[in-house]
Amino acid sequence: MAEYLILIAEDENAYAAATPDVLQQVMEAHMRFAEQVPEKGGKIVEGRALQPTSTATTIRGDVVTDGPFVETKEAIGGYYLIEARDLDHALEIGKLCPARFGCVEVRPIRVFG
Amino acid sequence: MSSVPPDGGEPAGGAGDAAAGPGAVPDAIADAHRREWAFVLAATARVAGDLDLAEECVQDAYAAALAAWTRQGVPRNPAAWLTTAARRRAIDALRRDRVLRAKLPLLIEPDPPVAGSAPPAAGAGEEDGPIPDDRLRLIFTCCHPALAREAQVALTLRLVCGLTTVEIAQAFLVSEPAMAARVTRAKKKISAARIPYRVPGEAELPDRLDAVLTVIHLLYTTGHTAPGGPGLVRADLIERAIGLARMLHALMPDEREVSGLLALILLTDARRATRADAGGRLLLLGEQDRSCWDREVIAEGAALVREALRGARPGRFVVQAAIAALHAEAPSYAETDWPQIAGLYDVLLRVWSSPVVALNRAVAVAMARGPAAGLAQIGELEADGRLAGYRYLPAAKADLLRRLGNQAGAAQAYRDALALTDNDAEREFLARRLTEVTGPPGD
Repeated sequence: MAEYLILIAEDENAYAAATPDVLQQVMEAHMRFAEQVPEKGGKIVEGRALQPTSTATTIRGDVVTDGPFVETKEAIGGYYLIEARDLDHALEIGKLCPARFGCVEVRPIRVFG
Repeated sequence: MSSVPPDGGEPAGGAGDAAAGPGAVPDAIADAHRREWAFVLAATARVAGDLDLAEECVQDAYAAALAAWTRQGVPRNPAAWLTTAARRRAIDALRRDRVLRAKLPLLIEPDPPVAGSAPPAAGAGEEDGPIPDDRLRLIFTCCHPALAREAQVALTLRLVCGLTTVEIAQAFLVSEPAMAARVTRAKKKISAARIPYRVPGEAELPDRLDAVLTVIHLLYTTGHTAPGGPGLVRADLIERAIGLARMLHALMPDEREVSGLLALILLTDARRATRADAGGRLLLLGEQDRSCWDREVIAEGAALVREALRGARPGRFVVQAAIAALHAEAPSYAETDWPQIAGLYDVLLRVWSSPVVALNRAVAVAMARGPAAGLAQIGELEADGRLAGYRYLPAAKADLLRRLGNQAGAAQAYRDALALTDNDAEREFLARRLTEVTGPPGD
C-alpha cells in the first residue's frame, strides 16, 4: 500500500452562498465517502477541512502577508490522506470523493530513504 | 553476460549462417528491432522493475547480439535470445546496486491465474523461466489516462516501438531536449505515482482501451498529415501505427474496436499513393485515381469491418472504418453511397459526440442532399464555436459555397482556411482553389 493525498479544490464562494440544506448534503456525502473507502479496500489515514482562504496568511522569507499564496477561483478547502494499492486504486477512491463545487487532485506522498 | 547462448539460442542453421552474407546479421538485428522490441522490453521490465533500467538492458542486448550472432549464427527465436540476454543484464545490475534501484520499483501485478494451467515449477527463477508476453501491460502503462496525451504518444513510440528520442522529436516537430524532458517526466510519474504495470480489469477496459486506440490513431494521422513542413506523409510514423494496430489486434483478437481501428487505418492507408499528385499537390477523394488504390489492403480492411460490425452497438472506430470501407469500395466519388455514409455519421455522432464528426456528416449530407443542406449544418457548427481555429471547417465551407456558385463567399472561406494551416501541401491546395474562385492573381 502507498499513501496519496486527495486535495479538494472548490469554489469558496459557492460554499459561502450555499443553503443549510446543501451544506447538509455535503456533510452526508463526506460521511458516505468515509464508508466507501474501506469498502473499496483502501483506508483513510486522516481527513480535514480547512478554513477559507480569507483566513490564510502567507510567509515568504520574513515577509508576512494576508491571504493565500495564489488567488484562484478554486482553492484547497480540505484533504484526505489515504492508503491505496497503486494509482489506479487511488483514482478509483478519488472519484468517490465529494467535490460538488470543484475537483480533487490526487498526489502520491513522497517516500524518503 | 556469459558466452553461453541463452534460451532460444539454438542457432537456426548452425554457425555457418553468419557466412550467408555480410549484411545478414545486421539485417536480422534490424528486423528483430522492428518486430520484437516491444516483446523484449515488456518482458525485461518485469524483471528490471524499472523502465529506464529495462531500456538500458534491452539496448545492451541488441548491441551484444551483433557479436554473438556473427559468431554463433542468428538464433531460431531472436526475441527469446534478446529477452534472456536483457533479463540477465537486468538481474546483474540489480545485484550490483540493489539499494540504488530498489527505491520506487515498477509496480508489477501478478498474473491472474489461468484456469487449467500448471503452477510454476518449484525453484524456477525469473531468469530462465518461460518468457511472458507482457506487451499489453507495456502499452496500457504507456497510455495510462494519468499521463497527458502527448506523453502517452511519446512513451508509446519510445518504449513500445523502440524509437529514439531524436526520432520522436523530429516526428512531432519538437526540440530534442523538450522531447527528452517529456519522456523523463512521464517515466518519473509512472514510478512516483505508482502507475501499475498491468492490463486493466474488465470494468475499466473499454475506457483504457480507447486511450490506447486513440494514441495509435493519432500516430497514424500525424504521419498521414504532418502538422507542418514539407511532405504530406511521414511514412515511418504510418508504418509504426500500422504495426501497433496489427500487434494489438493479434493480442486482443476479440475486441471489436481494435479490429475497427486496424480496419480504419488500412482502408485509409490503401489510398496513400493517390493522396497527392507527382508534384506533391494534395488531391481530394473525388480527384484521386481509384485504380491505384491498394485493393488487397482494402479487402483486408473491409473483411475486418464486416466481422466487427456483427453484434450490437459498434464503437466509434468500427463505425469510422465502416464509412472508410464504403468510400474505398465505391466505384467512383459520384457513385459513392452517400445516404448510407450520412446515416453512419448519425450513428457515429451518437457514440462519439464530436464537432469534427458533425463536420464530416455535413460534408456527407451535402453529397447526399445537395450543398445547401450541408452548408446549413456547417452554419450550426460555426455558431457552436467549438471548431474555431479548425482548418477543415472553412475549407469544407469554401467547397460548398463554390459548388453553389458563391465565389466571393468561397474566396473568403479559402482565405480563412489558409490562415489556419502550416502544411505545405495543404496550403498549395487551398491557394490553388482560391485562385480558381477569384481568377488568376493580378486580374
